[in-house]
Amino acid sequence: MEKLFADFSLGLFVFQSAIFVGLILLLKKYAWIPILDAVNEREEGIKSSLESADKAKEEILQLQLDNKKILKEARIERDSMMKEAREMKDKIINEARNEAQDEASKLKEIAKADIKHETMAAMTDLKNQIADLSIDIAEKILRSELKDKESHNALIDELISEGEDKFTQKQN
Amino acid sequence: MTGKKLTFKIAFIFMLTSIMSMAEQEQVSHETETNHTETEAIHSGKEKQQQEIKDFVNHHLKDSHDFSLYNYTNDDGEKEHIGIPLPIILIDAENGVTAFMSSEFQHGKKVVEVNGKYLKLYHEKIYYTDADGTINYDENHHATNKRPYDFSITKSVVMILVTSILMFILFRNLALSYAKNGGVPTGAGRFFEPIIIYIRDEIAIPNIGEKHYKKYMSYLLTVFFFVWFLNMTGLTPLGVNVTGNITVTLALALFTYFITTFTANKNYWSHIFWMPGVPKPMRIILAPIELLGTIIKPFSLMIRLYANMVAGHVVLMSIIGLVFLFKNWLGSSLSFGLAFALSILEVLVALLQAYIFTMLSALYFGSAVEEHQEEH
Repeated sequence: MEKLFADFSLGLFVFQSAIFVGLILLLKKYAWIPILDAVNEREEGIKSSLESADKAKEEILQLQLDNKKILKEARIERDSMMKEAREMKDKIINEARNEAQDEASKLKEIAKADIKHETMAAMTDLKNQIADLSIDIAEKILRSELKDKESHNALIDELISEGEDKFTQKQN
Repeated sequence: MTGKKLTFKIAFIFMLTSIMSMAEQEQVSHETETNHTETEAIHSGKEKQQQEIKDFVNHHLKDSHDFSLYNYTNDDGEKEHIGIPLPIILIDAENGVTAFMSSEFQHGKKVVEVNGKYLKLYHEKIYYTDADGTINYDENHHATNKRPYDFSITKSVVMILVTSILMFILFRNLALSYAKNGGVPTGAGRFFEPIIIYIRDEIAIPNIGEKHYKKYMSYLLTVFFFVWFLNMTGLTPLGVNVTGNITVTLALALFTYFITTFTANKNYWSHIFWMPGVPKPMRIILAPIELLGTIIKPFSLMIRLYANMVAGHVVLMSIIGLVFLFKNWLGSSLSFGLAFALSILEVLVALLQAYIFTMLSALYFGSAVEEHQEEH
């Protein structure tokens, strides 16, 4: 203990204290605060980048999920659209077919009516001609009957054949 | 692995140069011997050499008024000292401030006259003497001469200054390198930055707490690197035993004490003077004990650092001294190997003591700002 007191030097104590206080203050201002701030800033930077990286990862995951969902939805929509289209197609074809059939049957009806009508007209015409011819024949017979019996017969035959020709001619 | 190799190399160089300076210093003790009445009683060669080594170790542990590198005896048998003289500044009630270079003392051989008073350097202390330089002794062989106030720039002061400047340059560069290199340190900063972060994360924050640690960081960082660097320079062959000087460790411990005392909160003082959760008569008994405890804590800091550094130096230098005592190849090489191993150990102790000093300072600061303490 005595040796310790003997070793004590006031001068050294004063110098040591003064230099040390100066060193603390200088280093605080020019070294420790900038260093600790820089280290802190870097640590915060690392922390925040890690966080944002995690966030980005999550976002990507979410996006992937979304993509899958969208894809799935699109597929469903496509399927439904295709189904609809197929239905539409079938419907259109059926409709067209029905319409065509209707039209065809209508035309058939019209044609049938036309044919009937024409036939009726022809028949009427034929009937009129036959009536005319018959009247002619009857007139001629009546005229020749007045002369003789033989010429009378010959005339009838002649008229019949004539009438036949006329008929066939007309028919053709 | 390269780090380990490097440590070995450094320790080896330290030790080799230490031995060299020891060999030279052996002759110093020849000279001091003339001043020593006690050494005259020693006759046998071995005992004389032992005394020389003891003197040398004692001399090395002390602060010095000049920065001696080495010395030798010239052809005329005269002592030649090679070193740098340092300024001597003395303050005296009568003469005021006087200053001159330490070379004027010629290593204690010459008496210096200043303003009609005679000054003599004796065992690295300056005394008032008569013109012949007579030193009077008391019965315990202590000098009784009066002394002026000695504010000299001693070897320790020079080393403290050099270390401070080195620290400032080193950490200023580290601070500047962040801006230059995008937040990443360059050069030596790469080595020191993890240590700074370690002190923050492993010493300051766990002991002081997230809330208050910032205001203590400057002190903790400065004291850690200051003690560490000075411990390391103490291991160099320059032999500047700064942290093994009681004055320096006292100053450092006082800093810790004052910072603890002046930043302490109400809780800290209430735990000293009026311990909560203890019966009232006990509180009266505890108060002086606790108060004494606040002084013992920094006192232990002072003694711990001082004793560790002094012990390391004494043991290391004594073992190096054994090399010269043995004077045979086996003993000398054995002590050489032992000194080598101890040098490596001392490098570790240098770091460890700096760590302990910082750690305990942080612990005391933590107790000063602790807020809500549980019942004991």
